[in-house]
Amino acid sequence: MYGVIIALMPAMLASFFFFGLGSVIVTATSVAACCFFEWAICKYILKKKENTLLDGSAVITGLLLAFNLPSNLPIWIILIGALFAIGVAKMTFGGLGNNIFNPALVGRAALLVAFPAQMTTWPKIGQWDTYLDAETGATPLSVINWAIRSGDASVLEQLPSSFDLFLGNHSGGAGAMGEICALALLFGLAFMLYEKIITWHIPVSILGTAFVFSGLLHLASPIYPDPLSVLLTGGIMLGAIFMATDYVTSPMTPKGQIIYGVAIGFLTIVIRNWGAYPEGMSFAILIMNAFTPLINNYVKPTRFGEVAK
Amino acid sequence: MNIKTFSIGGIHPDENKLTHEVATKVAALPKQAIFPLSQHIGAPAKPVVQKGDRVKVGTLIAEAGGFVSAPIFSSVSGSVLKIDTAIDATGYRKPVIIISVEGDEWEETIDRSDKLETVESHPELTPEEIVTRIKDAGVVGMGGACFPTFIKLTPPPTAKAECVIINAVECEPYITADYRLMMEKADEILVGLELLMMAAKVTTGYIGIETNKPAAIELLMKKVEEKFNSQSSVFNVSVVPLKQRYPQGGEKQLVDAVIQRQVPAPPAIPVNVGAIVQNVGTAYAVYEAVMKHKPLFERYTTVTGKNLQNPGNFLVRMGTPMKDLIDACGGMPEGDNKLLAGGPMMGKALTSVEVPICKGTNSVTIISGDEARRKEPQPCIRCAKCVWVCPMGLEPYLLAKLSEVKNWERAEREDIVNCIECGSCQFTCPAHRPLLDNIRQGKSTVMGIIRSRTAK
Repeated sequence: MYGVIIALMPAMLASFFFFGLGSVIVTATSVAACCFFEWAICKYILKKKENTLLDGSAVITGLLLAFNLPSNLPIWIILIGALFAIGVAKMTFGGLGNNIFNPALVGRAALLVAFPAQMTTWPKIGQWDTYLDAETGATPLSVINWAIRSGDASVLEQLPSSFDLFLGNHSGGAGAMGEICALALLFGLAFMLYEKIITWHIPVSILGTAFVFSGLLHLASPIYPDPLSVLLTGGIMLGAIFMATDYVTSPMTPKGQIIYGVAIGFLTIVIRNWGAYPEGMSFAILIMNAFTPLINNYVKPTRFGEVAK
Repeated sequence: MNIKTFSIGGIHPDENKLTHEVATKVAALPKQAIFPLSQHIGAPAKPVVQKGDRVKVGTLIAEAGGFVSAPIFSSVSGSVLKIDTAIDATGYRKPVIIISVEGDEWEETIDRSDKLETVESHPELTPEEIVTRIKDAGVVGMGGACFPTFIKLTPPPTAKAECVIINAVECEPYITADYRLMMEKADEILVGLELLMMAAKVTTGYIGIETNKPAAIELLMKKVEEKFNSQSSVFNVSVVPLKQRYPQGGEKQLVDAVIQRQVPAPPAIPVNVGAIVQNVGTAYAVYEAVMKHKPLFERYTTVTGKNLQNPGNFLVRMGTPMKDLIDACGGMPEGDNKLLAGGPMMGKALTSVEVPICKGTNSVTIISGDEARRKEPQPCIRCAKCVWVCPMGLEPYLLAKLSEVKNWERAEREDIVNCIECGSCQFTCPAHRPLLDNIRQGKSTVMGIIRSRTAK
């Protein structure tokens, strides 16, 4: 569990670097609130003998929730998000190991529905000493969304270069805090693969599917962005590396993980291009979370001695 | 060198082979020897001696109690003290024969010389004669499972043996008895392999050894080259180095690693894919039984543990209480200790040091201090590490859960009976859940249900 926290550090430092004061306040609030709710619900509602605060899972949920929020979100909204994540998505199902949906994503989805305005105005990067008063702007994802809706491919020229997207260094609105720097997220992925915390199956199948599907669309019509920009914008990296790979809510067999990953990659692109929201990653993961028990039921590992098909 | 291994799952426990280079010592005779009547898979043996009878080393004291069974021979000379019950390595009280030891007088039929007997000087040895001698000497699988050897050599008519595989993997941590046997009795083992191949009417043989035993690989390769690979030899034998990985010594894993064939689910056995697997200790016991007329009454056993003063390897007479061996190694260490018959992965924890060494006791392992304690189980976070390491392609988390909630029907559908109880899942579980404990219970219940269904 603590390995995942280490893997999240590069992305956290990147968000501090790009968003400054606001991101520090949001991250600290989110982690503290998640830990508090975990502890308080364990102690006063579930009355468990052993408090599960120290297992580290609440810290991860707190970090991931913060990664999904804009850096100018007021504290009281963050608290509601944390209560949803820990209180509703995790503890009502019986706590660690029993939840069906990824707690941080449930928190984000609840806030997105309840506070659509605050959750979709994104600060520009490089404002070190601002919090609520940060200047906001259109994100690369909303540029893409606009291009598809207007059917005008020239809108896409406003997108930053892939290299800038990769580093997170561009002048528009920058989306959620954890998404900003693909490089930092990939460091986390490399660490988790090296430490054998996760396997390649889920991240590679998500990113691969999204790349191929959006690549085909791009070939079919220039209003769809090139696949590299698709992978480097929005939460797709964050989701594929840290959210979809959550042990508890993802399938247990290699085959099941690939089915799950392919479906997430596909759904993300569908929602992004033809849905109401510019970003589809979190909904795609939540939908596939719901299918995970079914996948576990039907997709079995190849038994030893089973005749090869 | 092309290094093979099995195809699914597996783990790398710390090997802790403390006694690799400790030469085998002959253990002292016990004052009293205890012989459980059930030292093998199958029906318990039936006593043929009575209280007060005089016996010699090698005297038959209990005959086979059925087809799947094996006779038991005295390992000491003296008189039968009583036929009673005592706690054996299963942890239960079982019928035993207890012999009080006087002197060390052997049956005259046993050839006690060190001279290497070869097949060439014994033209009387037909396959049938070899199988009969193995059966009459009470030889069983020496790797721990204790299945009567002669049955494996006479496969059902539906299967045809193609090769004999010698299991010299010894993948279990701590244990070095097979390694010492290979280093000290290589020629005898190869004659044993030759006898096994003759009995099974095959000409192909393999010896599977993990690469953490380079000296044994080198020695056996040299001896095999000298013995079998001349032009006049009808046999084709090769030493197969295997990548170190647990549970490679599992019969099915070994067949997969050596000849790349997977044994189907139970009731299929290795000979269904053409392989007869015998432990290296069994090959030695076969040599002694056939060539030296020496029934199975002593074996190589490792006595080991990190806190033990002088861990070692012993040639020990069966029926010797474990306490005698532990004392010979400097006595039970201070503090909390866990006593295991076998190694830390598959061994069985015992409640008494008076339990005797039996045909299948390849080691006495003492785990001390914190390592002997179980960690508090945490909730399952479905990390699926157990699924990744299961060498049988099962889902241990699911089987353990189904056993816990007693859903036997579903457990059977999920192939719980395929489990080989290697413990890789429990070893790897980051939440320290007692996966194997639950699965074992479920497996034995489901097997009982299957048996009662087919009996109707």
